[in-house]
Amino acid sequence: MASGLHQSEFTNPVVRWIDARLPVFTMMQKEYGTFPTPRNFNYLWNFGALAMVTLLIMIATGVFLAMHYTPHVNHAFDSVERIMRDVNYGWLLRYVHANGASMFFIVVYVHIWRGLYYGSYKAPRELLWMLGVVIFLLMMATAFMGYVLPWGQMSFWGATVITNLFSAIPLVGDSIVTWLWGGFSVDNPTLNRFFSLHYLLPFVIVGVVFLHIAALHVTGSNNPLGIDPKGPQDTVPFHPYYTAKDSVGLVAYFLVFAVLVFFFPNLLGHPDNYIPADPLVTPAHIVPEWYFLPYYAILRAVPDKLGGVVLMFGSILILFFLPWLDTSPVRSMRFRPIARIALFLWTVSFFVLLYCGAKPPEGIYVWLSRFGTAYYFAYFLVILPLLGRFERTLPLPESISRPVLRGGGPLPAGAAAKPMEKA
Amino acid sequence: MAETLATQPGAPHGAEAHRAAAAAGGKRRDFLKLVTAGFAVVGTGAIAWPFIHSMNPSRDVLALSTTEVDLSPIQVGQAVTVVWRGKPVFVRRRTEQEIAAARAVSLSELRDPQTDEQRVIRPEWLVMIGVCTHLGCVPLGQKPTDPKGEYGGWFCPCHGSHYDTSGRIRRGPAPSNLAVPPYAFTSDTQIRIG
Ligand code: HEM
Ligand code: FES
Repeated sequence: MASGLHQSEFTNPVVRWIDARLPVFTMMQKEYGTFPTPRNFNYLWNFGALAMVTLLIMIATGVFLAMHYTPHVNHAFDSVERIMRDVNYGWLLRYVHANGASMFFIVVYVHIWRGLYYGSYKAPRELLWMLGVVIFLLMMATAFMGYVLPWGQMSFWGATVITNLFSAIPLVGDSIVTWLWGGFSVDNPTLNRFFSLHYLLPFVIVGVVFLHIAALHVTGSNNPLGIDPKGPQDTVPFHPYYTAKDSVGLVAYFLVFAVLVFFFPNLLGHPDNYIPADPLVTPAHIVPEWYFLPYYAILRAVPDKLGGVVLMFGSILILFFLPWLDTSPVRSMRFRPIARIALFLWTVSFFVLLYCGAKPPEGIYVWLSRFGTAYYFAYFLVILPLLGRFERTLPLPESISRPVLRGGGPLPAGAAAKPMEKA
Repeated sequence: MAETLATQPGAPHGAEAHRAAAAAGGKRRDFLKLVTAGFAVVGTGAIAWPFIHSMNPSRDVLALSTTEVDLSPIQVGQAVTVVWRGKPVFVRRRTEQEIAAARAVSLSELRDPQTDEQRVIRPEWLVMIGVCTHLGCVPLGQKPTDPKGEYGGWFCPCHGSHYDTSGRIRRGPAPSNLAVPPYAFTSDTQIRIG
């Protein structure tokens, strides 16, 4: 002890030597080996690992794309075409990167929805949840700037429209937009800084993901029942149980990913982005990438410039406050018959908004967007706060292992009545 | 199935059967581990290859790998430098004296023995990659005002390598002669390098 070395439990002499001085092996063993994990995860708990893998895929393909990409308005489009035609496997790198962004958002949306359904945002995991929202915002910024890089028509006009959102800010709006552009329109300075930031932000995401995981390993994982593990009988070590389960999910995920990349690589993209950017002609119908459509619909649902922008950003920022807006102490929606329906309707409103975001802002779509927007916010601001008071939740099981170890039949009456029902 | 399930007379049972099963299970586990590791290695390789290969010369770079040179404007005693694959290529129209000097040298004097005949297609035209075989500097000697070294060919100023009128290394740290690229005469006054 006097020497201050860590007492390593590893027997391999090299591992032990390093571990005694820098206990990374002990840490990995503790956090990913023996880490006690609720035994009742379903496959929705796979998506965090999938998001992690996707982030690594994005960084790997991105770094190799950057070796061939030229961030200059005169060369960007051609350099991407050169990646597609001339660079060995360039088409693969680019299609994996472009579709990887979509897969990333699918995975993260499911991951967030899992949190909404099972109440993973509630105490004690509020900060863990908020770090997740930070990651989500960083991802959106990264994807937006990445989409500008190929410098096609959608890149250019997407960049123009989104940066112009900031002009809605009273008084300083225009100065901010000029500052964002580094000029008086989206142009070479804009492209250069977007490339710089597009390269930087994913590594910032890695940092926040680290904090996200660190926070997770303090509170431990939530689970489909939303109740805390009461002892070793309720948990299993992360390895080999969830490393194995995650691997199964990963294989299925890669299959879907591969079908998209190899058979439908342009399905989720927009053909106009294969037309080089033209600052003098706006395409007839401009749409953002599919994963931004719900927010785009919210923006257009409001007949006021500032109001639309505020609601659009508000629709994500509100997630930061969710842990306090939902006042029910019951986490899992399995035991919240009304909240469950409300969340289901919220999910519908999300898809309605996504659908409307892709449609022209006229007629029925405007009204659908307005209903969708109203319900989206009502769920957080009205329904959840009220349900916390008035909803009669179902009895919680006594423990995670109980229904399993008792043979899965109906719970004994005593067990059902006892647990942490809300006071 | 039926045979395996039925207990055969004299078949091991009890603790003995357990041990046998464990041994068989052990073998199966080893096999599974090997197969898994095998797949992991092949899979990692298959994923790594596109990344690695993307750093190799791309098709547009390979398409630049031939260069045509028009020889007609080059007078006897003159030299030009052209670019092939991003590297300088020296094309020198040698004088009779230079050719004679290059051919008079005995092979035993050379660090990298090569006759002048082996280094040219037509004696008048010497075509070489103008990159010093020491550490890659471009030797002097193309311009009339350049120092040409002790042997009247090229001189590399970086660390003092002397090349003769056939581009062979004669003195200094460079290990070998200036390389001759693949080239062919497409007509009497034109060559294609690469
Ligand atoms: C959070 C991770 C990332 C996301 C969500 C993301 C997203 C995107 C998107 C949506 C595009 C446009 C795809 C297209 O239509 O062509 C793109 C392009 C690009 N990204 Fe990323 N990216 C990420 C990480 C990175 C990293 C780490 C790098 C470099 C180190 C990088 C380098 C590039 C380059 C060079 C392009 C332009 C080439 C192209 O358009 O295919 N990306 N990115
Ligand atoms: S590089 Fe020419 S002598 Fe060293």
